[in-house]
Amino acid sequence: MKPQLPDGLVAIVKRECATCVMVDPLFANIAASGTPLTVYTQDDPTFPASVSAIHDADLSVSWHYDIETVPTLLRIENGEEADRTFGWSKEAWQKFTGITDLGADLPVMRPGCGSLSVDPNLEDELRVRFTSSTLHSRHVELASAEDEFESMFTRGWTDGLPVIPPTPERVLRMLTGTTRSPQDIVAIAPPNLVELTIEKIAINAVMAGALPEYLPWIITALEAVCNDEFNMHGVLATTMPVGPVIICNGPGTKAIGMNSGVNVFGQGNRANLTIGRAVQLTIRNVGGGKPGEVDRATHGNPGKLSFCFAEDEAGSPFGTLAQERGIAPQQNAVTVFAGEGPRCVVDQAARTPEQLTNSFAACLRATHHPKSVLSFDAILVVSPDHSRVYAEAGWDREKILSELYARLNIPGTELVKGAHDMAEGLPAKFADRTVPKFKAGGILLAHAGGGAGLFSSIIGGWANGAMGSTPVTRPVIS
Amino acid sequence: MSAPILLDPTNESRPAQREQLTRPASVKGLTVGLLDIVKARGDVYLNRLEELFVAEGAKVLRFRKPTFTKPAPPDLRHEISIQCNVVIEALAD
Repeated sequence: MKPQLPDGLVAIVKRECATCVMVDPLFANIAASGTPLTVYTQDDPTFPASVSAIHDADLSVSWHYDIETVPTLLRIENGEEADRTFGWSKEAWQKFTGITDLGADLPVMRPGCGSLSVDPNLEDELRVRFTSSTLHSRHVELASAEDEFESMFTRGWTDGLPVIPPTPERVLRMLTGTTRSPQDIVAIAPPNLVELTIEKIAINAVMAGALPEYLPWIITALEAVCNDEFNMHGVLATTMPVGPVIICNGPGTKAIGMNSGVNVFGQGNRANLTIGRAVQLTIRNVGGGKPGEVDRATHGNPGKLSFCFAEDEAGSPFGTLAQERGIAPQQNAVTVFAGEGPRCVVDQAARTPEQLTNSFAACLRATHHPKSVLSFDAILVVSPDHSRVYAEAGWDREKILSELYARLNIPGTELVKGAHDMAEGLPAKFADRTVPKFKAGGILLAHAGGGAGLFSSIIGGWANGAMGSTPVTRPVIS
Repeated sequence: MSAPILLDPTNESRPAQREQLTRPASVKGLTVGLLDIVKARGDVYLNRLEELFVAEGAKVLRFRKPTFTKPAPPDLRHEISIQCNVVIEALAD
């Protein structure tokens, strides 16, 4: 609970600070002026020498009044803080105290020192001391001889890889990444339809290895998958090898160090990997979605551990996926897509946009099955080397997509059951029709990858539309 | 070394324990709900079951989920629960 301070002036000091020592004699002047003065000392209860002080031994006053610098002078009126000044400024202290010659012989200005309440070595401990009551999760106490990493495997909390132990210190530090209350309910998590709180997300984010600054992205991605439109329940339960593919846009992707370049889908980047992993761990641990239980995937894919990347916006000649989906420029956003693992499109010879588009269309045609039409969407992730071909020819997103769709209208004779001696296919009545491979909007175009390599990638989707999953894009709010 | 404390990452809920109903000795006179989850050929399986149940003297009611990719809507589940004595859900292809 926030301690009540007496009306008048309140000073917070520590002996370790040279500026505090310098202003020590002034406290006697202030007290003598008749203004009520209360001094809190953070370290030495005998300091300052000029007046008696209250020892803020547990740093409760310093923490609750957000003291970052000592000395700090507060003016308290009717129990509330009315004003503050910190460090030493002759002018400010004279004005604050109403003593016009206060510290006349001292320098004009001296910066203060860091408050003990923001000491990096103490901050986690203090956060637990003063804010752990905001956490509601059950405490799991391990035996002192128990290996905490092994015990988390035993409890079924992991995705098969080790996780970081979610101690109260780490979870509270994670929660500094958001302004939302720990008990805010973000979504209803499938498959067990559980109310998903910020606190539970933060616990799983810690376990995934995420940093606090990733938390808003993780929360947004979970909001984006836990709804009827994306249908995380179905994505989880399906026998197909899909999971949530998370595409991040906006300047925040750079701020948190996401990778949009070399090895963009691969290992090596903490933000990419732990944001995706935190989403999956949350669905597993809070929603209850575990492989072999509700998750019935025949093969799954390695991306179900984490499949998250940033779009290379600066290098894109055709804008960004987020903007295409209605997000304002410079707005951070997350797009989720129910997708399988990426497959490579190799074309090292195309020098015209038509040639390249022919290759893309031929490869997109094979998504899931060459005869499968209209049922699945796909993301085409174009690499910088390939997008250069489009940039030089002046093709924008609209042009690229319209040329792709035009090449993906397939004669029914190739699609009907029995054609090419494959039992799979459409009923015979489609033989005299032309059927598009993708529904309108079924190809999502993104730009990412390393600067060398005439390769692009296709990420095939899952049952699309109201019968399955629709991609969802949401702005990221801190 | 003090014992580490971890915060529970799960939903901390326990599934409700429900007793299974006793298996009916006969389906004669019972109402049997057949829920088609609309996967391919589920109807073939259910059609055959309907024939068999009718021959055994049961009344058969047919239900369909809107899509197999999502859980059955609550209204549909309620409808089945008030109209049927037993239910069979046809799973897949």
